[in-house]
This record gives sequence, structure tokens and C-alpha cells, in this order.
Amino acid sequence: MGEIDTKINFLGIEIDNPIIPASGTYGFGYEFAELYDINMLGTFSFKGTTAEPRFGNPTPRIAECPSGMINCIGLQNPGIEKVISEELPKLAKVFHKPVMANISGFSLEEYVSNCEKIDKVDMVGWIELNVSCPNVHGGGLAFGTDPDNVKNVVKAVKKVIHKPLIVKLSPNVTDIVAIAKAAEEGGADGISLINSLMGLRIDLKTGEPILGIKTGGLSGPAVFPVALRCV
Amino acid sequence: MKRSLFEIEKNIPLTKDVFEMVLNGDTSGITNAGQFVNILLDGYYLRRPISVCDYDEGSLTLIYKVVGKGTKAMSEMPVGTNLDLLVGLGNGYDLSRAGDHPLLIGGGVGVPPLYNLAKKLVKEGKKVSVILGFNKKEEVFAEDSFKKLGCDVTVTTVDGSYGTKGFVTSALPSSYSYFYTCGPEPMLKAVYNATTTEGEFSFERRMGCGFGACMGCSCKTITGYKRICKEGPVLRKEEILWEK
Repeated sequence: MGEIDTKINFLGIEIDNPIIPASGTYGFGYEFAELYDINMLGTFSFKGTTAEPRFGNPTPRIAECPSGMINCIGLQNPGIEKVISEELPKLAKVFHKPVMANISGFSLEEYVSNCEKIDKVDMVGWIELNVSCPNVHGGGLAFGTDPDNVKNVVKAVKKVIHKPLIVKLSPNVTDIVAIAKAAEEGGADGISLINSLMGLRIDLKTGEPILGIKTGGLSGPAVFPVALRCV
Repeated sequence: MKRSLFEIEKNIPLTKDVFEMVLNGDTSGITNAGQFVNILLDGYYLRRPISVCDYDEGSLTLIYKVVGKGTKAMSEMPVGTNLDLLVGLGNGYDLSRAGDHPLLIGGGVGVPPLYNLAKKLVKEGKKVSVILGFNKKEEVFAEDSFKKLGCDVTVTTVDGSYGTKGFVTSALPSSYSYFYTCGPEPMLKAVYNATTTEGEFSFERRMGCGFGACMGCSCKTITGYKRICKEGPVLRKEEILWEK
């Protein structure tokens, strides 16, 4: 049987295949290395990282749905300094390829400063700007729903980094095309589609929402057609 | 942690809604009493985390309660069905802190993970006391299993229809060296307040992955943020911060 060449050039870096687990689904990667060799992936996008350590939202943070799940993790992460000094060295022991850094923020200045720091890390191949987290107030999605904000933050980040910049967009907008064009005008090298769709699950026994902050982001096979349409 | 295929050898009801399932397969990923498995069920997006009641080289026993569609589907699975399991998840209990006379306190389906722990402690020559708490007589299970190990067993029922009337805390002995507990969170809180020694608590949370990647089951503790699936499900008494 002949081998299929799955290599692609991904924004200037050749990767073995286009399989790239999305940020938030894959932690900092090394957790999965107990189960299989994670080097079989093209790369993956690591857990959304902010300047300060974040605990995230109250639990429950996960609820199952038919053909997917909703989550409201709320960007739990140890903060960019610890990501660089602790998480990425742990990853480097089991993953020998460039990784995609998912960067979040609560202000334009925070996005810029986080991106500038992560840009200097050797094993980071690409920076993914998360302007679309549905589960934190005043951050992420607050940027991603306004074309001018997206353009400004992308422009500001591009000034301080050397690596390719991908902007992750939210489907929770009236016109995703306008946002994508704003990212392009700001100088983005690519866009990633999509962040999760806002959703709600009710516990039928209590009549209350299951999740700790009531709503969450829907992901899984259920949203694949929506994502494909956005692409 | 290991992922492998198991075959159902036995799947029988112990009470109206509590079932015992024996699975044959590679258990080498299990390293400690109090760990759990995460089971992939056909037609369900998330795996079901269930604590391990007992295990040996080639099989493991789960005792689970039917609480929703997933566990209902499990209860209807015939012998011979193959299941995809992640085994050896979580930290489990720390046996080295037991002392000479450990006390094990279980409530409802919090009882099963204490069984393998009791077995190991008895084997180490400890004098093991066990309190098993249930709502009523019809819900009682596992009493004989613990007795056969040689444990001193007390059963409590809330309505008094069997054993000592009241909650598990009404049956606490006057002296014990250390305690291990698992059960519904109100019971854990009551045990926390009523016990006088140090001890360990096994918690339950809604989980996504079951091995630390998704951050779905995090909690705050005195020693920092912990993931119930990874740094838990067992937390020491002195590190617990109760929410609200």
C-alpha cells in the first residue's frame, strides 16, 4: 500500500499532517502522552493563557449534550510566566515539534505583552489570538465581537511579534465575515474557526442550569457543520 | 493511566438501582486503592468516571448506581460486551498514613472504593473499622463483603430500618488512628466536622477528560488549585476548602 503524503506548509512551517487539536481540548499536551505518542499530531494549540494565573469558573464546568458537550472552564491557566517556565518544559520532554500558543487577555495591553513574551519561546511556532472565549466577562469575546477591536488588537500584536499570528474567531456574532476581514486588515496571517457556540443545559431534576455560570460553550460533532460553514 | 478494552464477565443488581459489574482486561494501569476508571459508552460523548471497588491482575469490579441515561445503559449491558476503559485514573488513598486502627466511612455508592482499601489495610495487619451509611434497609449492600475481610462493620440507616439509626457520624467510634471516607458531599462535610483525627476524603465531580487536560473538575484547596481527576479524587483533610 502506498503512503499518502500528509505534510502541509502551515504559515511557513512544514508540519507532518494537518491534525491540530484545538486549544482547551488538549491541556498542555503532556497529559495525553501517557496514552500515545503525541508527536503523531501535526501540532496542537495549548490551553488559553493569560497574564495572571486564573482559577476559572465555579464547577460544574462541563455538561454533556447529544453529540457534544458544553463547558464553562473560564480560562483556568497558571499564567504566562508559569506556562513558559513550567508547562512548556514539561511538554518539551514529550513533544518535539513546534506548538501553537493560545493567548488570551482582558485588555489590548495584556494581549500585546503576552504575545511578546510567548513569541520569544523557541518551541512556539505560531501564536493563536483568542478573541472569542465565551466564558469570561470583559475578556476574549468582548474583543472578538467588534471588528474595530479585532483590527486594533491584531495590529498592535503584529508589531511586537515575529511568528505567524492566527486569530480564533467566535461564531457568536451577527456577521463573522466582517470580523474575519477586520483580522485580515489588522495583519493576521490566518484565522481559526470556530470557538464554541453559546449554549445552556438544564438539570431536569432541579430545574436549574447545570453549569456553574449557567451558560457555556457548545463543542463536539454537533458544531462541526457550523464551523465548516464559517470556513 | 492506560487505555484498553475490557469484557463484561458479570453485571448484576445488588439493590434496586445499584449494580455490580466485573470486567476482564489489563488492569496494570491501576496503582492504588481509590483510583477510578473512565468508561466510553456507545452513543454518549463523555466517558463515565466510576471508582474501582476491587481489582486483581486480570479483572476489576465496579459498583455503580443508575443515576442517568449513561449508567442506565451500563446496567443493561449483557455479559460479553466489550468496553473501552481508561484505567488507573486519579491519585487514590495514601495507605502509609493509616496507623494501626484506621476507620473507613462510606455512604451509598461511596462505599465501593473503600473495599479494595480495606482489603489492603487488612493484609498489612491493621485493625480496620468500617461504617457503611445508607438511607434505608433496601439500599444496604457490601456489609458481608467487608465482614469477610475481617473488618469490624457498623451499618447505619437514616430511617433506622437497619443497623444503627442515623447518619454515619452517629456511629463514630471513640478511638481510631486515621480515617478514609467517600460519599455524597453533605456526608463528607459532616465527617469533616465530626472527626478528631486527620484523614482523607474522596470527591466526586462532573468530569470531561478524566486525566487532567480539560480543567473541568478543578477545585480550590489550601495547597492551591487541584483537579479532582488528577491530583484527586482523594484530598487530605488539612487541605480541603469547602465551597460556600
